[in-house]
Amino acid sequence: MELKRVVVTGIGALTPLGNNKNDYWDALAKGVSGAAPITRFDAEKFRTKFACEVKNFDPLQFLDRKEARKMDPNAQYGMVAGDEAIVDSGMDLEKINKDRVGVIWGSGIGGFTTFQDEVMNFANGDGSPRFNPFFVPKMILDITPGLLSIKYGFRGPNFATVSACASSNNALTDALNYIRLGKANVILTGGSEAAVNESGIGGFNAMKALSERNDSPETASRPYDKDRDGFVLGEGAGALVLEELEHAKARGAKIYAEVLGAGMSADAHHITAPHPEGDGIVLVMNEALSDANIDPTAVDYVNTHGTSTPLGDSGEVKAIQKVFGDHAYNINISSTKSMTGHLLGAAGAVESIASLMALERGIIPPTINHFTDDPDIDPKLNLTFNEAQKREVNVVMSNTFGFGGHNTSIVFGKYNG
Amino acid sequence: MSEIAQKVKSIIIDKLGVEESEVTTEASFTNDLGADSLDTVELIMEFEKEFNISIPDDQAENIATVGQAISYLEENVK
Repeated sequence: MELKRVVVTGIGALTPLGNNKNDYWDALAKGVSGAAPITRFDAEKFRTKFACEVKNFDPLQFLDRKEARKMDPNAQYGMVAGDEAIVDSGMDLEKINKDRVGVIWGSGIGGFTTFQDEVMNFANGDGSPRFNPFFVPKMILDITPGLLSIKYGFRGPNFATVSACASSNNALTDALNYIRLGKANVILTGGSEAAVNESGIGGFNAMKALSERNDSPETASRPYDKDRDGFVLGEGAGALVLEELEHAKARGAKIYAEVLGAGMSADAHHITAPHPEGDGIVLVMNEALSDANIDPTAVDYVNTHGTSTPLGDSGEVKAIQKVFGDHAYNINISSTKSMTGHLLGAAGAVESIASLMALERGIIPPTINHFTDDPDIDPKLNLTFNEAQKREVNVVMSNTFGFGGHNTSIVFGKYNG
Repeated sequence: MSEIAQKVKSIIIDKLGVEESEVTTEASFTNDLGADSLDTVELIMEFEKEFNISIPDDQAENIATVGQAISYLEENVK
């Protein structure tokens, strides 16, 4: 059967850099850091005392009090970004066939704060099980696609994807493939994460995964810098409306880009450490290019996973050189995590949205906080250090990888009819 | 209005997100105030916490209106 073509027709973002798509894009282009001391809890005793939090977010501006109270921040972020994407798509909700609209949503962890608070409440009691009846529905990470379907009446495919930090790229990939196969006309996809709490910081600190640069939070996320010392935890949500091309054309939708293809692979190596030769991520980029049916030389920009961890960053760059050969020197490469921090399960969605800015505005968002070259990284590569670069962009690739050895890569192209 | 009645009403207003004027003695949690089964369980738990009592399940099943909650608590809270 002939696969249908899939385009992006709506975008929503709630990020540490801005609480909507345009503010997010503007901050990315300016090279702003979203990191600051933690405000969610008293982090005095924690090794890491900063994060990239969502700022000035009042859920009651978007949700009624009764609704908001029954949602973990993870779901609140998803509802707000999802709503922005639906409005942005210009879809007439009275006219479309809602049986053919799905929601596929990623999160690495889900209602982490709800889980932590309920268990702490129990632990502090006398042993009587006094759990809130909303504990389970607030905690489970698939509640976000459920809530979005309830809000809009979308009755098509509806579920969540989980692959740690690759979760929302897996959601996008599934959305792409379900529409290609004709299982839905439109899928609202993306992901959310809200892990800035005692357990999140404490847990990642215990793994030595987080930067501990407490004297300079805004320069802590420094992918590809010699002195990088771990990732900076971020939070928020990104949402994309993926739509079958003819469906989008028939309603005169604004088309941001075409989703050309996506790859998936596993490292099959270690629970958290990347494969030393980057075999799994070479495989995933090749799979994505093959699925998109394009030559590697067509790619103009790669938005990397680039978390600012010592091993991960250099491994990914070497993998890019294996996949693209000499063309790697022509590509712009950048890690927007230098600005947003690491949004875990929402990373794929917000980084796809950053990649779409490169296509839409012809601006490559930078890798900020570059101070010292890493001798292990080829200096001839253009890692878009410190300042955005202008460039005509036709094809972008966005990579995300997750604990467990999950690898994903998505390719977007300018829609040319 | 008794102190218990006032506290009961404010819990209902808070948890169900309703207006004070809607919280009449006859108002049913599910039929009039928009509560679902989980909201009802949460309300009972809040009453237990606020008044430091335990409401057995078979008693909780008979608390379906604002008035029923107030009279149960007025009888049972010491």
